[in-house]
Amino acid sequence: MTLYAAIGAVEQGLVYGIMVIGVYLTFRILDFPDLTVDGSLPLGAAISAVAITSGYNPYLSLVFAAMGGFLAGVVTAVLNTKFKILHLLASILTMIALYSINIRIMSGPNIALLGVDTVFDAVTALGVPAYYSGLIVFGLFAVCTVLLIVWFLSTELGQAMLATGDNPQMVTSLGVNTHTIIILGVGISNGLVALSGALVAQNQGAADVGMGIGTIVAGLASVIIGETVFGSKSIARAFTAALLGSIVYRLAIALALGLEIGGFSFNPSDLNLITAILVISALIAPNLKNRLMQR
Amino acid sequence: MITLDSCQKYFHKGSVNEVFALNDINLQIEEGDFITVIGSNGAGKSTLLNCIAGCFFPDTGKITVNNRDVTRWPEYKRAKYISRVFQDPLLGTCPSATIEQNLALAIKRGKKRGLGRGVKAKDRELFKSRLKHLGLGLEERLLDKVGLLSGGQRQALTMLMATMIRPEVLLLDEHIAALDPKTANQILMLTRDIVKEQGLTSMMITHNMKHAIGFGNRLIMFHQGRIIFDVRDQEKAALTVEDLVQKFYKSQGEELAMDSMLLA
Ligand SMILES: Nc1ncnc2c1ncn2[C@@H]1O[C@H](COP(=O)(O)OP(=O)(O)OP(=O)(O)O)[C@@H](O)[C@H]1O
Ligand SMILES: [Mg+2]
Repeated sequence: MTLYAAIGAVEQGLVYGIMVIGVYLTFRILDFPDLTVDGSLPLGAAISAVAITSGYNPYLSLVFAAMGGFLAGVVTAVLNTKFKILHLLASILTMIALYSINIRIMSGPNIALLGVDTVFDAVTALGVPAYYSGLIVFGLFAVCTVLLIVWFLSTELGQAMLATGDNPQMVTSLGVNTHTIIILGVGISNGLVALSGALVAQNQGAADVGMGIGTIVAGLASVIIGETVFGSKSIARAFTAALLGSIVYRLAIALALGLEIGGFSFNPSDLNLITAILVISALIAPNLKNRLMQR
Repeated sequence: MITLDSCQKYFHKGSVNEVFALNDINLQIEEGDFITVIGSNGAGKSTLLNCIAGCFFPDTGKITVNNRDVTRWPEYKRAKYISRVFQDPLLGTCPSATIEQNLALAIKRGKKRGLGRGVKAKDRELFKSRLKHLGLGLEERLLDKVGLLSGGQRQALTMLMATMIRPEVLLLDEHIAALDPKTANQILMLTRDIVKEQGLTSMMITHNMKHAIGFGNRLIMFHQGRIIFDVRDQEKAALTVEDLVQKFYKSQGEELAMDSMLLA
């Protein structure tokens, strides 16, 4: 793998890492498997692209994107809590609805972001070489996201959120409205996913309605790899591991795609197979390790 | 004061599985009452406590707390006034949170939760002194995860959490039934001490007649969704286990008669 490819993979790991942090929040903290993300990632991209092309500041467009994602999460969580629709189904419904909504927002299946200001321009204006700007912007956003979420989960409200995923009966009897907490949590999660999508769009110079496909798979793969490799003893550790898991996941894919054994090499269409193999290895690795230790 | 006014509760109404779990319950729980609740399995004791706590609403009737109508209040809202300890020690605490985090959750019962620190330094001293009271050494283990504690330790912690903020009523549903006899006794003594210290109004469901007689100032007996016996003070103090067993069988007289007819 060339240095250039490695930097690209780390960049991707960082920007999608923001999405992974959102997925960790629903999947692990709230125990709420949420497929909305496949729709809220392109939603963030679409909102940001439309805002920028309409002349809004690229940083402000990130705020709009995050708010849009938050709303999408709220819809899923309300369907689940207030209308008693199974969380998986509720999130699938929001996800497919978002497909149409995203096309409406962009007035078409995609928008190009060529010749407009993006969040990277502010960094390159400081004299940073263009090929490092992605690394810096994404790194800053990803690290701040981890810090913010870890701080939030240490607050009174955040502690109630942790407990809601752990023992809903108990927090209810301590006066917490678990519905409100779930709505807030799934909202925050999708806000982060949309933010990630907005940054991806600004980086690759386009928002596309299809860019969300496989988001949840990549998210879960990163979560599981992160937990296996870096552990999850404390909340801070777990979220850092999720972010690092995302980087490892992207590096592993870049490695696999660059692999050549004799005449064999992987195609980009083998990505799903590689992901499946990575997740399976991460899931069985602790098991194998235990067995080997016992011998 | 808590009142239940003609409360009725059916489960699966209109189906073959219909259960008439609460049949016209009228009950006034006076300030400072410590009521022990007895009755056979399925008599409706837990249903009564769940109904007071707001896990579900009665089909008819009215519930008030301090003259406030709470009949349609959801459980989380009533939690401001009502504390509970469940039979299952796992239900009352959060296993992946630490002891101090659990206590910090409890100290905000019924209050707004914002972006202040979850566990505050100034509360730690309070937690320590309360934990010390239990005599289990937990005050040295504030940062241990609750999942590491034994069932008895968890139930003791739950008792603390339920009474960290003084509730209008403390509801105990067979809260020592899942513990070994020695631990059960410790938790029972702890319950008595806390109730006495804080002058709590409380209800305790039990299947142990001795406990039903030995604790509290009032006793009610349930049978088929009705309160069939309600005594207090001197009259309660004079009760013997035999009296209760007698009452029990009298209430089931009908069924016994039916049984003997079937046998004959
Ligand atoms: N959520 C529910 N759904 C359906 N039926 C219920 C429900 N809760 C209780 N019941 C039924 O209501 C009746 C009263 O049950 P309850 O749990 O109040 O009895 P109990 O007096 O607490 O008995 P035990 O001593 O066994 O705990 C039973 O027939 C029970 O099957
Ligand atoms: Mg019961």
